Amino acid sequence: MLTVQGLSTRVLKPASFRLDAGECVAVQGPSGAGKSVLLRAVADLDPSVGDVRLDGMRREDMTAPDWRRRVTYVPAESGWWADRVDAHFPFPDRAVPLMEALGLPAEALDWPVARLSTGERQRLALVRALSQGPRVLLLDEPTGALDRESTARVETLLRAELARGVGVLIVTHARDQADRLAHRRLRVEGGEVREV
Amino acid sequence: MPLIPLHPLDLAAAALLLLVNGGLSVAMSLRLARPLAVAAVRMVVQLSLVGLVLKQLFALQSPWLTLAVVMVMLLFAGQEALARQERRLTGWWAYGLGTGAMGFAATVVMLLALTTAIRPDPWWDARYAIPLLGMVLGNAMSGVSLALNTLTSAAVRERAAIEAQLALGCTRWVALRPVLRHALRTGLMPTVNGMAATGVVALPGMMTGQILSGVDPTEAVKYQILIMFLIAGATGLGVLIATLGAVRRLSDGRHRLRLDRLARKD
Repeated sequence: MLTVQGLSTRVLKPASFRLDAGECVAVQGPSGAGKSVLLRAVADLDPSVGDVRLDGMRREDMTAPDWRRRVTYVPAESGWWADRVDAHFPFPDRAVPLMEALGLPAEALDWPVARLSTGERQRLALVRALSQGPRVLLLDEPTGALDRESTARVETLLRAELARGVGVLIVTHARDQADRLAHRRLRVEGGEVREV
Repeated sequence: MPLIPLHPLDLAAAALLLLVNGGLSVAMSLRLARPLAVAAVRMVVQLSLVGLVLKQLFALQSPWLTLAVVMVMLLFAGQEALARQERRLTGWWAYGLGTGAMGFAATVVMLLALTTAIRPDPWWDARYAIPLLGMVLGNAMSGVSLALNTLTSAAVRERAAIEAQLALGCTRWVALRPVLRHALRTGLMPTVNGMAATGVVALPGMMTGQILSGVDPTEAVKYQILIMFLIAGATGLGVLIATLGAVRRLSDGRHRLRLDRLARKD
């Protein structure tokens, strides 16, 4: 589904790999190795060179917003641009079931963003991305701020997405999480990406 | 009623008032005595030179000389706007964007005023064009530099929020709209406040000057109203061009946020 050929930035050495529909690939490596750089480059959020395709379509053949709605990056630290939570969700009826799956009440849509805990923000950011129905998810430590129960809920939700054919590229420091979710692994070290 | 001429001794007497400020600085060890003295001397020298230049300029009646003075004023305004930027765009953009926006806005507004409202003969008569441009440019410069400063610092501060929208597939114009609105409001606020307070809190300098030189107050007021509209128009146009240009420069055709196009803060 997603094919990456010779993708490189100023930090990233040319990387090539593929991600099939319904497949989860874990991205691992020490801090500062370029894991987030890799995800941002795939999402076209930083200037990069290389051939990146979704179902054979080059990303340059569609507008960048179209590309990012299909190949969606969820950063480790979520960003919020309005005061209230619901302003970030254009399709609340799609978001509510996802929120409930992650242990968040539907009323959370009425909360002010400033009231959210780090963990709530992280889960809502994932819901926000999922409610747009992306083909590929680029997740940067999606459970970094979550307790064990919330982590399990996120993993259950991700398995459901994988079963629907969504491809997931996930940066995780937790080895056991990679064991539970990932079909394959990429190792990033010093800007170099290789399959393990 | 003719203007009462001022003798240099009258000015010297008024300069004694600065001794109050100087004394305050010494007493409270504000260390302002030197800067105060330097600023006062600069003010006297600069204004005296400007007086001589304007006198020559008005006497010579040369369109090219007038244009040259206009250009010098614009380049200085651009330099001043640049100096007020905390985070600058890299390369020529830092100077070019603000200067270009002010230059375009001031040109449009000045042409409008000189060819429709005031209509001096010739239309570029320096006695009208230069003082009007000074007022228009001074205000446009404040607005443009405030707006650009707000835009760049807000883009840096709101990076996570902007990129969150971009990552979800919003265009750069949608993602940067909150920052753009904030910058436009900040740039236009002094002009709006200035119009609201004029005549109640502050008597504008130009109007005061006309009244002192014997012009009927109702005529002076009409000129002042015209000037306020010119200032509002030029500031609005300049701020709009500068901020839209900066949003374009801080993002690219693939709708990425390009904070790498801002120079690093020292």
